[in-house]
Amino acid sequence: MEAATAGTRAAAEAQPRKRGKISNRTKSERRLGWMLCAPAVIVMIAVTAYPILYSVYLSLLRADLRFPGDRAFIGVDNYVTVLGSSLWWADFFHTALIMVVSVSIELVFGMLLALVMHRAIFGRGLVRTASLIPYGIVTVVAAYAWLLAFSTPSGGFVPHVLGIQHDLVDQGHPVTSFLVVIAAEVWKTTPFMALLLLAGLALVPDELHEAAKVDGASAWQRFWRITVPLMKPAILVALLFRTLDAFRIFDSAFIIGQNGTNPKIETVSILGYNQLLNRLNLGLGSAVSVLIFLCVLVLAFFFIKVLGTERPGDAA
Amino acid sequence: MSTPWSKRFGWAGADGLVLVLALFPILWIVMLSLKKPADVTDGRFIPKTLSLDNFSNVFNENIFTKALLNSFGIAAIATVIAVVLAAMAAYAIARLNFPGKAVILGAALMIAMFPPISIVGPLYNMWRNLGLYDTWPGLIIPYLTFALPLAIYTLTTFFREIPWELEQAAQIDGATPFQAFRKVIVPLAAPGVATTAILVFIFCWNDFVFAVSLTSTSAAQTVPAALSQFSGASQFTAPYGSIAAAAVIVTIPIIILVLIFQRRIVAGLTAGAVKG
Repeated sequence: MEAATAGTRAAAEAQPRKRGKISNRTKSERRLGWMLCAPAVIVMIAVTAYPILYSVYLSLLRADLRFPGDRAFIGVDNYVTVLGSSLWWADFFHTALIMVVSVSIELVFGMLLALVMHRAIFGRGLVRTASLIPYGIVTVVAAYAWLLAFSTPSGGFVPHVLGIQHDLVDQGHPVTSFLVVIAAEVWKTTPFMALLLLAGLALVPDELHEAAKVDGASAWQRFWRITVPLMKPAILVALLFRTLDAFRIFDSAFIIGQNGTNPKIETVSILGYNQLLNRLNLGLGSAVSVLIFLCVLVLAFFFIKVLGTERPGDAA
Repeated sequence: MSTPWSKRFGWAGADGLVLVLALFPILWIVMLSLKKPADVTDGRFIPKTLSLDNFSNVFNENIFTKALLNSFGIAAIATVIAVVLAAMAAYAIARLNFPGKAVILGAALMIAMFPPISIVGPLYNMWRNLGLYDTWPGLIIPYLTFALPLAIYTLTTFFREIPWELEQAAQIDGATPFQAFRKVIVPLAAPGVATTAILVFIFCWNDFVFAVSLTSTSAAQTVPAALSQFSGASQFTAPYGSIAAAAVIVTIPIIILVLIFQRRIVAGLTAGAVKG
């Protein structure tokens, strides 16, 4: 910021007497700033704020595209239906379970990967390149790689090697189905977690480690007493991003659940999708959508207000 | 030189472990794609006989070739528009003084956390009424929205580091404003813009929620959506061979981008995350 505005500030200070001119300059600078931001802001707001309000409106209606004549305002009935159904709570539980387990594993693996990327005495470039491939790969492709490796009917090598006859990812085997979804998520997103942590790791001064070493601190002590406390902001940002992302999980659970047909690993996003696009029930589906939105808001609020996560880019 | 051998072996082991974990699932899908269509479900890791039949099958299927074209076209157009709009906004945020800056960054952050599924229903309804359902613009518009926060954050971080005084210095030295912009600012801003474009392209290339909800035919279906609709070449063959071949094909551009731009991608991903 300082460097960026230094030029304009210097120019303004060069003519301290002509106050009117300065305020004109400020005015035109403001106008230019708003004009340059307007297109991006309009696109972002138009495609999120309007639909979410429309979603709220639809969620208060009995609106089923198969019975268009039956549309009526029914207040919070859709929410009562959704929150009173065991389906919503089962899917909510699945989503929360996938979120907590995969983000926890990612934090540990991500930290280890970040340490390798930061400290390895050789092969750092190779490790970074290799880990960017899971990050960049299409999530649906990653999900298929894991599904086809574990599914018996599609000839997965895992059950073949282990001599397992039953399907590991069908409805009858929820535990292994969950493990495959979590494995696919962890594999795909650990590199992202690691890169966010790496950014924090780079901010920990080497001198502190050297000083602690001289004082006789072990590597384990140095990690917990120096690295982790100094990295806390980066860890919280990484957790915030990944937790919100994991709660919205759709792609991998949808593919591994055979196009969203395995109710044992159905997540809230898949529930919303099925209501909206398979059953064409806009009212109930919108209620689910709004509830997901509220859950994400609560999670974000928890991270930012309760844990004190700094909003990234707050330097402005 | 002074590094003990045990330490070297330790790091070599760690490097090797990361490589195996990162690449093994990709190796598996490549192996699967190279099996003969009849052997796809045999459960072996290494194909009995190598064959490119799955690839020729998948390229003979209209659903895939059209989807590949849709994926490229939609992602490319969305990337260009997103980067242009984001560059304007990021320039303003990094360089100009105006109230509302923090609000814009905050709104962008909120949108980055927004659950796409929450607007899929209304968009589906609106797009059908507006004739945007199953069209390129029907996907480009939501991609723009969700790519813009990422692009604005990344570009703002890069633009803040540009020594803008150089532009004035060039003008004092006799350059016209346009020359100063073209010869001084553009070369300095290009790396950040390129990095942002790569990240946005990967983001659009990856999307599944919008693609599967807002398209239904080859008119606009992208590869991830088409993959989930694959059926076998005939009623009696499972589609897994074709899925594996298609999966390998859509991964190739990503691997090329990663190999060429590894440093830039790392810089871009970490740019938005730390205070500059």
